[in-house]
Amino acid sequence: MKLIQELFGQKLAIINMGTDTFRQDMLDQGADVVQMDWRPPAGGNVELMNALDRLEAEEAVIQAANARALAAILSAQPVLVDVDTALKVVPGMTPQTILHAGPPIAWERMAGPMKGAVIGALLYEGLAADEAAAIALAASGRIRFAPCHEHSAVGPMAGIVSASMPVQILENKTHGNRSYCTLNEGLGKVLRYGAYSAEVIDRLRWIEKELGPALQAAVRLSGGIDVRSLISQALHMGDECHNRNKAGTSLFIRAIAPWLLKAELPRDTQVRVLEFIHSNDHFFLNLSMPACKAALDAAHGVEGSTVVTTMCRNGVEFGIRVSGCSGNTWFTGPAQMVQGLLFPGFTREDANPDIGDSAITETCGIGGFAMGGAPAIVQFVGGSVEDAVRYSQTMHEITLTENSNYSNPNLNFRGAATGIDVRKVVRTGILPVINTGMAHKEAGIGQVGAGIVHPPRECFDQALLALADRISL
Amino acid sequence: MAVRTLIRKNAYYDSVVLMSVSGRIAEQEGVSDAMVAMATDMNKELLDGIGLLTPAISGCGANDLLIVVRALDETICEQAVAQAEAALSQRAGNLQGNAAPPPATLNAAVRALPPANLVVISVPGAYAAREAWQALRQGLHVMMFSDNVSIEEEKSLKAYAHEAGLLMMGPDCGTAIVNQVGLCFANAVKPGVVGVVGASGTGIQEVTVLLDRYGGGVSQVLGVGGRDLSEAVGGRMMLDCLRALSWDEATKVIVLISKPPAAAVADRILKAARQSGKPMVVCFIGSEPVVKVEDNLYFTGSLEAASRQAAALARGETEAVIPRDDSQAVREWAAGRRKMLSPGQKFIRGLFCGGTLCDEAVAVVGRAVGPVYGNTIKDPQRRLQDATVSQRHSFIDLGDDAFTVGKPHPMIEPGLRLPRLLQEARDPDVAVILLDVLLGYGSHPDPVGVTLPAIEEALRLSREAGRHLEIICYLCGTGQDPQNYRDQETRLNAAGVTLASSNAAAARMAAAMVG
Repeated sequence: MKLIQELFGQKLAIINMGTDTFRQDMLDQGADVVQMDWRPPAGGNVELMNALDRLEAEEAVIQAANARALAAILSAQPVLVDVDTALKVVPGMTPQTILHAGPPIAWERMAGPMKGAVIGALLYEGLAADEAAAIALAASGRIRFAPCHEHSAVGPMAGIVSASMPVQILENKTHGNRSYCTLNEGLGKVLRYGAYSAEVIDRLRWIEKELGPALQAAVRLSGGIDVRSLISQALHMGDECHNRNKAGTSLFIRAIAPWLLKAELPRDTQVRVLEFIHSNDHFFLNLSMPACKAALDAAHGVEGSTVVTTMCRNGVEFGIRVSGCSGNTWFTGPAQMVQGLLFPGFTREDANPDIGDSAITETCGIGGFAMGGAPAIVQFVGGSVEDAVRYSQTMHEITLTENSNYSNPNLNFRGAATGIDVRKVVRTGILPVINTGMAHKEAGIGQVGAGIVHPPRECFDQALLALADRISL
Repeated sequence: MAVRTLIRKNAYYDSVVLMSVSGRIAEQEGVSDAMVAMATDMNKELLDGIGLLTPAISGCGANDLLIVVRALDETICEQAVAQAEAALSQRAGNLQGNAAPPPATLNAAVRALPPANLVVISVPGAYAAREAWQALRQGLHVMMFSDNVSIEEEKSLKAYAHEAGLLMMGPDCGTAIVNQVGLCFANAVKPGVVGVVGASGTGIQEVTVLLDRYGGGVSQVLGVGGRDLSEAVGGRMMLDCLRALSWDEATKVIVLISKPPAAAVADRILKAARQSGKPMVVCFIGSEPVVKVEDNLYFTGSLEAASRQAAALARGETEAVIPRDDSQAVREWAAGRRKMLSPGQKFIRGLFCGGTLCDEAVAVVGRAVGPVYGNTIKDPQRRLQDATVSQRHSFIDLGDDAFTVGKPHPMIEPGLRLPRLLQEARDPDVAVILLDVLLGYGSHPDPVGVTLPAIEEALRLSREAGRHLEIICYLCGTGQDPQNYRDQETRLNAAGVTLASSNAAAARMAAAMVG
């Protein structure tokens, strides 16, 4: 009653949810009015609305669980501590194991670029002598395929990791967990786009024999390079650390160069290593991704939490994992087509559906979520600066917190929208926005464009129903 | 016949916008069916009913936009679809003009507008309660225009609001004026000392408009929704509003408006009314207009009498001049008009946009000239079997659900009434057609302009048939309403329509003509 009395003395500030004509009338009478862009919650789906209601009843449990998961993400401190051979360091790695991007998938169902990359990896490992043998081996059942994500690893595009490849090792200094990612090969004909020509295999060998050991020596000497700090700085320099990594790569060169020199490597090696990193704007992607992975893995498996800990694609399916469904519980839907700009000479028909583990950056609040601070990327993905800022703002509608380590200068240094909440995604119908490259659907042709893509809605719908069954009795 | 379907995934539009676009497309030459709507289960059923459901449409959901047109040929279909798209994108363009994106969630809206204190909800009923819960839990007052909310939900929302000390106006609350801002359907009336609380939207509009005419003004006008005084809800919000108005220093006189409630609820309300101490006019619509006084309470069954009494009380007078059902002036006017009627012309047909205005007119005419039929009358003996066919004295509430499924309310689209107006004009038994026209915020920008062609046609039809048809209209509005009241009045007059000074007066005049 007291509140009604107070209302009578206040200026009306009205939220108008529904018919827009009411808004105009109220504005004309001098009230403050904000019109909501209202949509039916959960797309009007009764089963999902009921699941939301059931979860609402467990709000206290969920809030506590999410607080733990969010604290893990925000406090994570991923540091590049070493570079070493996958077989030696990646958990569960065997000589016959091939890790790939995205949720689990069998050889037969793999997308063109992923198949190409598998062939390339088998050739590179010496497990097959030629393309035909590689295909036969891949189909034979003797190769164990598994998602990178199930082995503490991440890989861009096809995301192929095989036993002999050197991987960068990031340690989350706060929680002690480690994450792994290969060294970025550059653009053009590269394994991650499914190319497996001799040039590609030769480069992989060079990475294994010269680049990997050189970086190993430098990183070990350095005592560790704080990748979180590099991401923070890169975000203030126009990167969003998924599709633009110019600043991050430059910062990494600045951080690693002294140690490369101190490592007393042959001068030729030093030059080749620095030139290689310098020539590849995306070198830093393979550091920002495992940095995000290390933070999110620390938040995975908190019973009762509705925070998304993985978003990834294998070129056929999009898969997510949620903290409250521990282990490798995947919720999948069809990978979507990327909307954006195509490089000259390519058409929409050339593009493969969305592929790669790089959406781990968006899962951690950067990438597409931080687009508003990366104006240079905007044209590349076919939008305006206003669009980019709006995307970044909108992502706060589906996340639970802000990461002040990753702030956005264009939004007055607001922290990155962090901790995607399955409930919020389903309730609002707002899907996470992902900045990504487009792979050619045929193996080995490479990147055909870049743009924006969203996960399929059903991933979140399924996750919500599973969480409701798990959390609410 | 050609059919053209366009589906836009994840493009949500408000139903009022869609219905108006739908209406405009359907009017196009050569178009036989047009639906511009969200792919809700109900709309899919409607499409199925007219044979336009396709598998692609079946696979759509409530956030997907459908534009479906059936027309004489492909070209017309294509043009119609393009026109619908253009109409919708025009609106989207307007929105994009704002710098910040419109908030998609209540939390975001609260952040966009601190300190928000009221949420107006007009989303489809199936979702309205959920949104109201969120608003109340955030400590925001709620006005819920939406209907089709279950009575259980209404009870618990109001119980929560009561505990939290918040307003929960509605569901199905069409009118309120808070701090001199008219919400949803409200008239621009002068500020003053009369606080109004009502369970009837157009009843509130009529009282506030008449108060304004009688020299009074309002402090706060609160709506509680049509079911608040049912036994199930027990007058929960009415009690809270009465208390709030009793404590409000700016309110000196209170008017309470409702259909006659159940006895137990009436007892509770009247007990609170007596405790208020302020003079209070209690209008349980339908009973005699004569004012009965008990302590601080002034009982009347007429909106007009309630307004006069409240205006008098606001001036510090206790007695008001209340027009009687059978005033001399009306009798004389009617005697003159009756001479123009043919022998067979015996009946009144009332076509109302305002539900409570319809109720009040039914009561007035029923008392004067015997049984009145209608589509919203409780008594099964008097209820029209088929709302689309009138008999004897018939009063139709065109805002009733039977007429508004998938269509906007006739206050927004008065055009819905026009075919019925012509239908009644062709009936040789009809002497009088009674119309209400509601002005004010929320209502159509030019209701008279929409109605005039049909009025002129109706008068022409009866003239050609050698009959005099009396059209009596009540214009519920004030000079400050966004529609130009003078202009609306002048155009009705010029067309030969008789204008009444209140809804009750219009009913009295009609009754006198056939009595």
